Amino acid sequence: MRIVRKLPLLAVVSLACLGLAILGSRLLGELGPATALGAEDSITLQGTGATFPAPLYQKWFVEYNKEHPNVQINYQALGSGAGIKQFQQHLVDFGASDAAMTDDEMAPVKDGVVLLPMTAGAIVLAYNLPNVSTDIKLSRDAYVGIVLGKITSWNDPAITKTNPGANLPDTKITVVSRSDGSGTTFVFTSHLSAISNEWKNGPGPGKAVNFPVGVAGKGNPGVSALIKQTPGAIGYVEYGYALQANMPMALLENKSGKYVRADLSSGKDALASVQLPENLRAWITDPATPDAYPIVTYTWLLCYKKYQNAKTADTLKSVIKYGLTQGQSFSADLGYIPLPGNVIDADMKALGQIS
Amino acid sequence: MTIGQTEAVAGIDRPSEPARSEMASLDEVEISRPPSSMEVFSDRLFRRSTLAVAWFTVFLVGWIVVSIGRQAMPSIHAYGLQFLRGTVWDANHARFGILPAIIGTLYSSILGLAIGTVFGLAIAIFLSEHFLSSGLEATLKSFGSSEDSWFASLPDKIENVLKVTIELLAAIPSVVYGLWGIFVVIPLVRPSADWLHSHLGWIPIFSTGLSGPGLMPAALVLAIMVLPTITAISRDSLVAVPPKLREAAFGMGATRWEAILAIFVPTAATGIFGAIILGFGRALGETMALAMLAGNANVISWSLFSPANTLAALLANHFPEADQIEVGALMYAALVLLAITLIVNIAGTLILQRADAGLKGLR
Repeated sequence: MRIVRKLPLLAVVSLACLGLAILGSRLLGELGPATALGAEDSITLQGTGATFPAPLYQKWFVEYNKEHPNVQINYQALGSGAGIKQFQQHLVDFGASDAAMTDDEMAPVKDGVVLLPMTAGAIVLAYNLPNVSTDIKLSRDAYVGIVLGKITSWNDPAITKTNPGANLPDTKITVVSRSDGSGTTFVFTSHLSAISNEWKNGPGPGKAVNFPVGVAGKGNPGVSALIKQTPGAIGYVEYGYALQANMPMALLENKSGKYVRADLSSGKDALASVQLPENLRAWITDPATPDAYPIVTYTWLLCYKKYQNAKTADTLKSVIKYGLTQGQSFSADLGYIPLPGNVIDADMKALGQIS
Repeated sequence: MTIGQTEAVAGIDRPSEPARSEMASLDEVEISRPPSSMEVFSDRLFRRSTLAVAWFTVFLVGWIVVSIGRQAMPSIHAYGLQFLRGTVWDANHARFGILPAIIGTLYSSILGLAIGTVFGLAIAIFLSEHFLSSGLEATLKSFGSSEDSWFASLPDKIENVLKVTIELLAAIPSVVYGLWGIFVVIPLVRPSADWLHSHLGWIPIFSTGLSGPGLMPAALVLAIMVLPTITAISRDSLVAVPPKLREAAFGMGATRWEAILAIFVPTAATGIFGAIILGFGRALGETMALAMLAGNANVISWSLFSPANTLAALLANHFPEADQIEVGALMYAALVLLAITLIVNIAGTLILQRADAGLKGLR
């Protein structure tokens, strides 16, 4: 009886031991030849930050590692806030954030900060309306009203007005937001604040915002899952996730009154609307270009100006250069917007500050 | 506990002593001797180290409380008791209140516990009162093969398999429960939730429709998560009902159900209650599954289908990106959760102790 009661525990413990043993032997097997080849050549870079560009960064780092087997880059997608925090505390070699660091945040970093926009992406309003096959169009009044909780039903006149043929049902709208603090929320709420005074004076822009209505999921995947599981749901997710999850995305009214679908060209138009200043920090809260998709953001890598170890600096610069050149070709497939040429040039110039 | 263990270790030697002294008389060598100083030393060392480890656990709990309390101090000063009554968590405007989270924590835990208790107790009775063997015996008799000893031990084996299976539920990671909840439980309860809302919407507990995540799916998954705790301890306390009582009950002519409901369950009631309290502690602290299923909305509602928030989910969601002020507020919330959990667990332990003491006379 006693033993039977402990069986699950025994099973778990023995499985864990087995796992550790396998892991250990593999690690040893992998380390063995590498150290034999020459440990002095291998270098590891540590980075932490945004989840939004993580799939693209991971792709870069894997591809870079294939070309330079001696360089290992560990990127932990803990979120923009964590990225900035760990970067400030010198726990990592580089950080990443969807919200560029503010002057206050940069001030305490004594080694200096270089902000490098590495890629850009759109944030879309994905929804779940099982019996509506056409892509719906949302006016600015409509989507602000929805997230403020003023429009509660899908057949509200504010929505049906722009979707005459869609036959929208009398379903309750469930707004899905992010429960964790996130750069995606920051970009979305900054846009809302730019187009609506009521949002600006109410919930306001921020990484963790008190949404007046709806439910919240953890991370882009959590939000995607909730939207897919809830008829009548609408929520903001990063374009790449919506694309992969195959969710319908609303066409949004932009500044010039056009209804724009999120894709590569409308994203590029949005980026073209803003000229990056010297410090490479710009927020595109409401692009004015006629065909621009309205919610687009750059995402930044955070680097120190001075590194203790010259090799770390050189390797990091080489990795960043790779991302800015060959790396940009992976963007479109993963749902990101390749950087415009002038931004890449500006980045290359800024790389000179790192040593 | 630790002293008991040392005694148990010392007791192992005892049965072999007569044999040793017999051998001693044969060889004319004096073997019985006072323990050597080395033995005394190692004995003492063992006892001291177990004691130290035991106290270290207590110290650890104290340390956690103190360090959380220290970090929470600024926000305790800043928000005071208003923090417990506030209904808005808005890091953007530095307004923090955890009333919805407290209510959501208690509501979802109690709901999950109620469902878990009904099923857990039923399973415990089934597993402890040999329902399986009587059922199987009847079936076997109809086949005319009840004499076989392998078949006779079959019910016990099946019972053990069932028991282990239920206990294995405790080994499933809560993220898995959360995912399962999102993709299976929510779609499963939606039709009935919508029906209840549209037909019985005037009852407060059905006053809102189910918008994906909400209290009901969260409570259902919690019920499954507390099931192993409740089943295991309830079963143990039902098995521990003294045989005298069983025999007396049947001897008085009680039917099986009368005996179970009027004698066994009341006798084991304190143990069962302790199981429920321990399950409650588990439910209160559950984080990941609830963060995925409760909806993370700061809403206070009677409705079973309304989204809600819990303290543990609030902490998990907001920590990674929190700034200095919010971290203080989160620590305050952690302290509140710790206090609730501690109270519940202490109550559970006390009740379990009383249960043991109450049964002593019967054994």
